[in-house]
Amino acid sequence: MTLEELKTPYDPNWCPGCGNFGIWTAEKNAAVKEGWDNTNTTTVAGIGCHGHIVNFIKLTSFEGLHGRAIPVASGIKFANNRLNVLVHVGDGDCFGEGGNHFIHACRRNHDLTVILHDNSLYALTAGQTSPATPKGMKTKSSPKGSTDDPVFPMALAITSGATFVARAYSGDVEQLTQLIIKANKHKGFAFIDVLQPCVTFNKICTSSFYKENTYYLDESYDPTDKQAALLKAQEFGEKKIPLGIFYKEERPTVESAFPQIAQIPLIDQEPKLDSLTDLFKKYI
Amino acid sequence: MENDNNIVSIKIGGPAGTGVKSVGLMLAKIAARSGYHICDNTEYPSLIRGGHNIMQVNFSTEVVTAPSLKSDLLIAFDQLTIDLHSDELHSGSGIVYDIDANLDLSKIGDGVSRYGIPLKKLALEAGEKNIFVNIVALSAATGLLGGNLETFKKLIEEEYGDKGEEIVNADKKAADLGYSYAVENYKDDLRDYMKVIDSFSSPISYMILSGNEAAALGAISAGMQFAAIYPMSPINNVLHVLAANQEKFGFVYKQPEDEISAINMAIGASHAGVRSMTATSGGGFCLMTEAYGLAGITEVPLVIIDGMRGGPATGLPTWSGQGDLQMVLHAHQDDFPRIVLAPGDVEETYYMVKDAFHIADKYQTTVMVLMDKNLCENDRTMAFPDLSKIEINRGKFTKEKIDDYFRYKYEDDGVSLRSIPGSGNFFIANSDEHGELGYSTEEIEERNKMMGKRMQKLITCEKEDMKDPVIYGPENADITIVSWGSNKGSIVEALKSFSNVNYVHVTWMNPLPVGFLTTILSKAKHVIDIECNYTGQLADLIREKTGINIEDKYLKVDGRVIYPEEIVEKLNTVKGVKK
Repeated sequence: MTLEELKTPYDPNWCPGCGNFGIWTAEKNAAVKEGWDNTNTTTVAGIGCHGHIVNFIKLTSFEGLHGRAIPVASGIKFANNRLNVLVHVGDGDCFGEGGNHFIHACRRNHDLTVILHDNSLYALTAGQTSPATPKGMKTKSSPKGSTDDPVFPMALAITSGATFVARAYSGDVEQLTQLIIKANKHKGFAFIDVLQPCVTFNKICTSSFYKENTYYLDESYDPTDKQAALLKAQEFGEKKIPLGIFYKEERPTVESAFPQIAQIPLIDQEPKLDSLTDLFKKYI
Repeated sequence: MENDNNIVSIKIGGPAGTGVKSVGLMLAKIAARSGYHICDNTEYPSLIRGGHNIMQVNFSTEVVTAPSLKSDLLIAFDQLTIDLHSDELHSGSGIVYDIDANLDLSKIGDGVSRYGIPLKKLALEAGEKNIFVNIVALSAATGLLGGNLETFKKLIEEEYGDKGEEIVNADKKAADLGYSYAVENYKDDLRDYMKVIDSFSSPISYMILSGNEAAALGAISAGMQFAAIYPMSPINNVLHVLAANQEKFGFVYKQPEDEISAINMAIGASHAGVRSMTATSGGGFCLMTEAYGLAGITEVPLVIIDGMRGGPATGLPTWSGQGDLQMVLHAHQDDFPRIVLAPGDVEETYYMVKDAFHIADKYQTTVMVLMDKNLCENDRTMAFPDLSKIEINRGKFTKEKIDDYFRYKYEDDGVSLRSIPGSGNFFIANSDEHGELGYSTEEIEERNKMMGKRMQKLITCEKEDMKDPVIYGPENADITIVSWGSNKGSIVEALKSFSNVNYVHVTWMNPLPVGFLTTILSKAKHVIDIECNYTGQLADLIREKTGINIEDKYLKVDGRVIYPEEIVEKLNTVKGVKK
């Protein structure tokens, strides 16, 4: 598909300057470069500003419930492991209600590409704290500043067992495009934490904040060293926000543990009912 | 020792972990293979070891549908069993117990035959470990009842074959010892209640199935290809059967992290095009409620089994209940087309679960199959189904690329052509309200039309698939019982004692056969509602939909089976009832 063919009749309704534009553009660019279309790719989204993306890119999609995108995507992958399954989640969506699903999907190493739209708060409900909100940040639900320490999405992904863990900034569309492609090529649970500004509600994590404080991991960094990755994952602060691939490991996916889908996806198989009589006879 | 109704009832009792259930099932199989119909009832506390377990096996040359309050033979593995169940014995019945165990038999009535057997001694003779006591007891009972020892030994080979020859031989020796001891020492008081029926020509035509097993087999027979089920009593055996058979039948069973994931995974797999299901109990369904309506608005076919137990919260984890009816009819915000079915016995479960997948595909929505613990876990004989007639009809469904495809196209019957990701067809399965392609919308006209389209499916279903209740007993009767679920068995048994009572067995809860119910309930002089919940949830549903208020309710919430005897006693209090 071309960029033109990926267009839908609807223009994005995000606020001007929203980080979601960068993610949207990067995903479309990746689709064009890699030949993703409606015969080989599908997307799933949760609920939040990020979830609207399904309306603005012409790839068949499922927009599920807040926090539940990952289990829907896991089910799709079990039914059709030939498909590229791209999953969009938000930081509130994925680490609030969806936290349990995230941990277990990492552990099982589902072959999914999970893109976290991380603006560090709830935006669609007009600016409350999320599990990723920095401690002390003032929001509408924490007028004196958030009382809670935030989750570390990268560290959580690595310790939970994700096998491709990366971070990007939504403003660097070219780098994000490359990361989405690499994540999708990875066989296993690939997670990209995309830092994005929320121009309306987040007055701290702005575009200039990210531009000033992020840096790319250089070639000397070894993404196969889990201990080093875990330390890197906890690095966050002034001039100290790493971007790039933190951790990468080859480990069998959960789908590969099911011989019944090793050759042909379930969707392309007819139910095998030949030995039904033998099964029933066991109950005589 | 037989009851008036030609039903023989054997109860086995002992501490949990002593194999009560496994020998009970073997007893049921010996009876079934000798030509009898069986029906059993298992009761156990929410413990793995310790506590008191019982299993009652009823068998008869006629179809047997219910357990009974009286037992004709009690196999007691401990004093507690004697203390708790001695009053169920009657003159002419018998008790099997360990003669060396110094048990107090003072509560056993005079007319009860006392079959003391050196259970432990013979077990130790058969093998070193004390694990063959239950086999000795069962073989002694088999001897006392005129049952076939060879059938029993064949079952031992089938059941314990994978444990090695040494164990199988010891088990067989235990069987020989128990059988011989009973037959030799009680030769003047033997019965012929389990003798092989001479006219029984086809010894392999009946299966013994629990409702859980029937549900799993129904799903497999329907070509189900994906199941995500989180363990919970009383539906665990559904997932055990599925997990063990997945590779052979080419479907995937996955245990997820919670019930929320279970239903969302099943929705994802179904959206991607394969027949999918989940199963749980009421508490697990509370977690699934959020995604119940997600399947509704995205129009994804989904079969859900709810095995009911007493609640609320953890409630009575290992006991039965029918308190989820109003929940599944109303759970989730706003309206969506939910189909709710409730089988009443093992055979109905098999066929209804199989049909549920067809109905879910046809209407592209949720089909809830409501079961109760007694139905889930108790076994019945079921005629071997005709497996040559399996047809899989996916309804309006295509994997092909279609020009000008609209996933949610407005159709008169409410059902649009469904397609899947990867087909080349673009659409959005959207939890937001949406237009015909799935794009989010808040426009007034689109909202009204799409809501109407979805709800139209129930009207079509009512016309094309909904089944009227089956009436048991006389077509016209003075007294009509209305009930559902596993109560059916006891009600049908109780009807045999009366000439002017019939039973309306409701299996379609939504849509509800309003016209039929209105007619039949208006005809009766007296209507009784029988349910295992506190408020009479079916009676409330009937009143809501028909305006008919059933005042006489017989309700039970203790988690136990409603026994036929209890229903007879209730009916005897109704004016105008005739024997």
